Amino acid sequence: MRIENREMLNQLAEYAKQVIGVSKCRVLICAGTGCLAGGSGEIYKKMCELVKGYPDVSVEFGPEIAHGNGPVAVKKSGCHGFCEMGPLMRIEPMGILYTKMSVEDCEAIFERTIKKGDVIRHLLYKQDGIEYQKQEDIPFYKKQTRLVLKNCGHIDAEHIEEYIACGGYQAFAKALFDMKPEEVVQEIMDSNLRGRGGGGFQTGYKWKQVAGQKEKIRYVVCNGDEGDPGAFMDRSIMEGDPHKMIEGMMIAAYAVSAQEGYIYVRAEYPLAISRLKLAIRQAEEKGLLGDHILGTDFSFHLHINRGAGAFVCGEGSALTASIEGKRGMPRVKPPRTVEQGLFAKPTVLNNVETFANVPMIITNGAAWYRSIGPENSPGTKAFALTGSVKNTGLIEVPMGTTLREVIFDIGGGIKGDAEFKAVQIGGPSGGCLITPHLDVSLDFDSLKKMGAMIGSGGLVVMDSNTCMVEVARFFMNFTQNESCGKCVPCREGTKRMLEILERIVAGNGTLEDLDLLEELATTITDTALCGLGKSAALPVMSTLKLFRDEYVQHVVDKKCAAKNCTALRRFVISPVRCKGCSKCARNCPVGAISGRVKEPYVIDNSKCIKCGACESACAFGAIHIEA
Amino acid sequence: MKYMTINNRKVAFDDEKNVLSVIRKSGINLPTFCYHSELSTYGACRMCVVEDDRGKIFASCSEVPRDGMVIYTNTPRLQHHRKMILELLLSSHCRDCTTCKKNGVCTLQNLAKQLGVSYIRFENNKPVLPLDESSDYIVRDPNKCILCGDCVRTCDEIQGLGILDFAYRGSKMQVMPAFNRTMAETDCVGCGQCRVVCPTGAITIKQNIHPVWLALADKNVRVVAQIAPAVRVAVGDKFGIPKGENALGQLVAALRRMGFDEIYDTNFGADLTVMEEAKEFVERLESGENLPLFTSCCPAWVKFCENRYPNLRRHISTCRSPQEMFGALIKEEARMDTEDTRKTMVVSIMPCTAKKAEILRPEHYTDGEQNVDLVLTTTEITRMIKEAGIDLSQMPSEALDMPFGLSSGAGAIFGVTGGVTEAVLRRLIDSSAAEDLERISFTGIRGTDGIKEATVPFQGRELKLAVVNGLRNADELMKKIESGEVYYDFVEVMACKRGCMAGGGQPVPIGPRTKKARFEGIYKIDSVAQIKRSNENPIIQSLYAGILKGKEHKLLHNEW
Repeated sequence: MRIENREMLNQLAEYAKQVIGVSKCRVLICAGTGCLAGGSGEIYKKMCELVKGYPDVSVEFGPEIAHGNGPVAVKKSGCHGFCEMGPLMRIEPMGILYTKMSVEDCEAIFERTIKKGDVIRHLLYKQDGIEYQKQEDIPFYKKQTRLVLKNCGHIDAEHIEEYIACGGYQAFAKALFDMKPEEVVQEIMDSNLRGRGGGGFQTGYKWKQVAGQKEKIRYVVCNGDEGDPGAFMDRSIMEGDPHKMIEGMMIAAYAVSAQEGYIYVRAEYPLAISRLKLAIRQAEEKGLLGDHILGTDFSFHLHINRGAGAFVCGEGSALTASIEGKRGMPRVKPPRTVEQGLFAKPTVLNNVETFANVPMIITNGAAWYRSIGPENSPGTKAFALTGSVKNTGLIEVPMGTTLREVIFDIGGGIKGDAEFKAVQIGGPSGGCLITPHLDVSLDFDSLKKMGAMIGSGGLVVMDSNTCMVEVARFFMNFTQNESCGKCVPCREGTKRMLEILERIVAGNGTLEDLDLLEELATTITDTALCGLGKSAALPVMSTLKLFRDEYVQHVVDKKCAAKNCTALRRFVISPVRCKGCSKCARNCPVGAISGRVKEPYVIDNSKCIKCGACESACAFGAIHIEA
Repeated sequence: MKYMTINNRKVAFDDEKNVLSVIRKSGINLPTFCYHSELSTYGACRMCVVEDDRGKIFASCSEVPRDGMVIYTNTPRLQHHRKMILELLLSSHCRDCTTCKKNGVCTLQNLAKQLGVSYIRFENNKPVLPLDESSDYIVRDPNKCILCGDCVRTCDEIQGLGILDFAYRGSKMQVMPAFNRTMAETDCVGCGQCRVVCPTGAITIKQNIHPVWLALADKNVRVVAQIAPAVRVAVGDKFGIPKGENALGQLVAALRRMGFDEIYDTNFGADLTVMEEAKEFVERLESGENLPLFTSCCPAWVKFCENRYPNLRRHISTCRSPQEMFGALIKEEARMDTEDTRKTMVVSIMPCTAKKAEILRPEHYTDGEQNVDLVLTTTEITRMIKEAGIDLSQMPSEALDMPFGLSSGAGAIFGVTGGVTEAVLRRLIDSSAAEDLERISFTGIRGTDGIKEATVPFQGRELKLAVVNGLRNADELMKKIESGEVYYDFVEVMACKRGCMAGGGQPVPIGPRTKKARFEGIYKIDSVAQIKRSNENPIIQSLYAGILKGKEHKLLHNEW
């Protein structure tokens, strides 16, 4: 049914709330990409089957099972964020979060938790000997401020009514009916919302520039080409709460008088694409997208464009070129995107998270928004917390939260016995932060001063077992592969930097190589054409600055303290532990081990290919890598 | 007037489109590979980087000049970056400079010398890629490509063809035709403008030098040369002769010393073309069929029309191009000459790469024989003169052989856009009076605009003419003609911007000053010519009474 006016939108919200409220029990199964890979799809099916047999079942707004007015609803939700512990299931109204569950647990959950309200203890999250019954009490969640991700994991992303029930599209209605476009722009400007895609450019200022262009055909484009290794914030929003982002785009379109919008999503996000398609279709059916929205003169059409796998298409001008069907290569600026963006028309280009921030700013006002986080970087930021941290997952904290809080309070500290070494922030465009930086506030400006950047929000935690030269090589390999090839410094420079880094981790580097790395890095940073090129050398520059000792150790001593670099490994047999069983020699593929039975064996390191077959073969733990 | 400070000196500017232009205007020639004022700003080579007073570095080609700007063009940082960029480019570039066709005229080589790059610290570990020698006019050597994209943009933005584009990513990027096709498999028309803009040896002319040397050494071959109108104003380029100066006399002297048996003028062929094309035009005006008449002198244009507007094909004049008319005439003469037992070989010296393909087209055979046997571009003849140890600038001026050395000013101006139209108009207006000729030149057909229009009274009606140069412009016009949006009686097209004098076979670089000098050089030849109109060429008149009698169609026209 089409929503013809604001009144009808409110009625639908009320109705949806009632329908959802009928359920005495809601089972929300995480259907984010991580949990789906862990088997949550099967869990969802199983739960549906189980409750089907139960009288008075309801799966509201869901086509899978017939509607009813019963007390149990089974929902597929977006990402809950606690990916480390997936697959996840949340049971409302109790707020129980079951972790690491499987299909086999479903029956017990149904019988005991749903029917009787009992908690299945072995599925609860435990930390430091404490069992957490309620999701909200788990330290991982407790320390977060989930505003953008508020609905993720709590609503069914595949039904627009769920979004409308929790206040969805009210911000848009407020903008459309109560505010003039320039007031919307002003509100966003006042909020000091800064672009979450990496640059941290002021969103309102961007909108104002577009709104002020002479050209009347304008576009609103959403950058969902989240390509940083280890980053999945935007994907989770697109999968878990697509309407929030769409609403943000609609508000932007109203503010700058655009009639067409594009969402550019990377093709590697099939679930995000299908959820967005569904969301757009549902919004169109409801009359929230299309012509004469909510009975007004405002029209806005939204299209989805799938990226074909190039990282560089996350760069604004390459992205618009890609939508136009051209080769995705950044172009020189000016003209800037706000002047001549998509199809050479003024274009608002923001990323997913930025748009998802917009509705709450309109609803609650700029002053409220500015009260969260530091003055120059207000609001919250979603981070993808990965690496050697206990609780990996998707988190959201106010800007200005310290790294220590993120890693140790929310992340639960370092996995295993290892020590914290560094955190890589901002992906291939970012840098590293180390222990002295742990209390630095996470915001755009502070990080920039540290030689890092917030980037899109990837946080890769590294412990003492990580070789920083290898980390630099990894990111350079990524950047080199993803360079579009247009400008010389990035195309040729990253290739040469990678070669040098490969040389170093292979034990063939020299001290001159370190100088050459620095020389190349400055040229690339100063002269590359686009933002990605300019920041391509940052991971190397940052590790070279913070971990120069490690580099020197690699090139002078030919050693890797983290024992990461295969070529630099030196296997030795402890003469004390070796029983002379000859098993290692028999397992060595290149005949590098010799000795007499019942006497300690020795490894000829000139022959050794560092495969480690001997180490795993030894029953006495006599073989190890020399530090 | 606005001002910026460049290297502590105040420089005035007004409407320059970028900082680079202001810098160059101030007398500093900042190096670039990818910047061409006629093309869109690509900004990829990063050689033109400058530093501002806050230490920010940016590419000057893509920065809008602002009043009060303070920039430096040669700080130690910039010097380091430029050298590093060159070192990086050179490190993955084939460095066989001594054997490269572009040796001495290669921008990469010259800049390495200019900026003093004396070592390369990186190994060239790029796999060696095969050459594309499939086309009749150019050779692509991907190992020498620096990916500046000049050819890509020229082919797309100037010629509207888009034969070449980028493929693959990052350091694996290459310039190539789509779908890994060879040049011969594409719709390339052979204009050779990609080769003109290529700063290195990645796109060069397909050379025919060797067979010409062999023929010159062969006593049993009579080698007849014809020199195209636009060659004479460019052939002196590499010999220190001022740009645009007519070096025809010296060229004739050099060719004689190299062993060419007879040396004639394609301007004479052009005079024949004027006669035939004017006749055909009048016939079409009378019958009203196949109007507008499209000129046929430019083989790149002919191929373009065939490829893209096959249904307008019949509008193209049936006249053979000047080189082909002339070749057919020489060959016919040789066939009739029973005394001379030598084989006749016609070698055209042309400003054009597409001519190399034109001579191979089936319709340019007469009695089963190729009208023209080989085409040498101006660049190749320059090479040959140098190989022969001849300094063109030191040559005496010698006269062309007769009878086909005599030509009119109308034939001479075939080398520039608008020239063919003007020559035909001179034939049509039945007057040699200076004021009548001047009136034609002022109709609007002269000049360098991409599309020019003129209306000329003729036999009680108004002739509508269009003169186009650059195939993108031609494409634009063809679309309008096809849709009926515009109507013309006569359309002249030259594929290359400004016409043959900037053709794909001419010596490079062809900068704005060179273009201007050649353009003026050609009109100067016309202005001093004794005969202005093709029909007043006495040799032409006698030919129609002699060898051409009854054979006009066989020798001078194509069967479509």
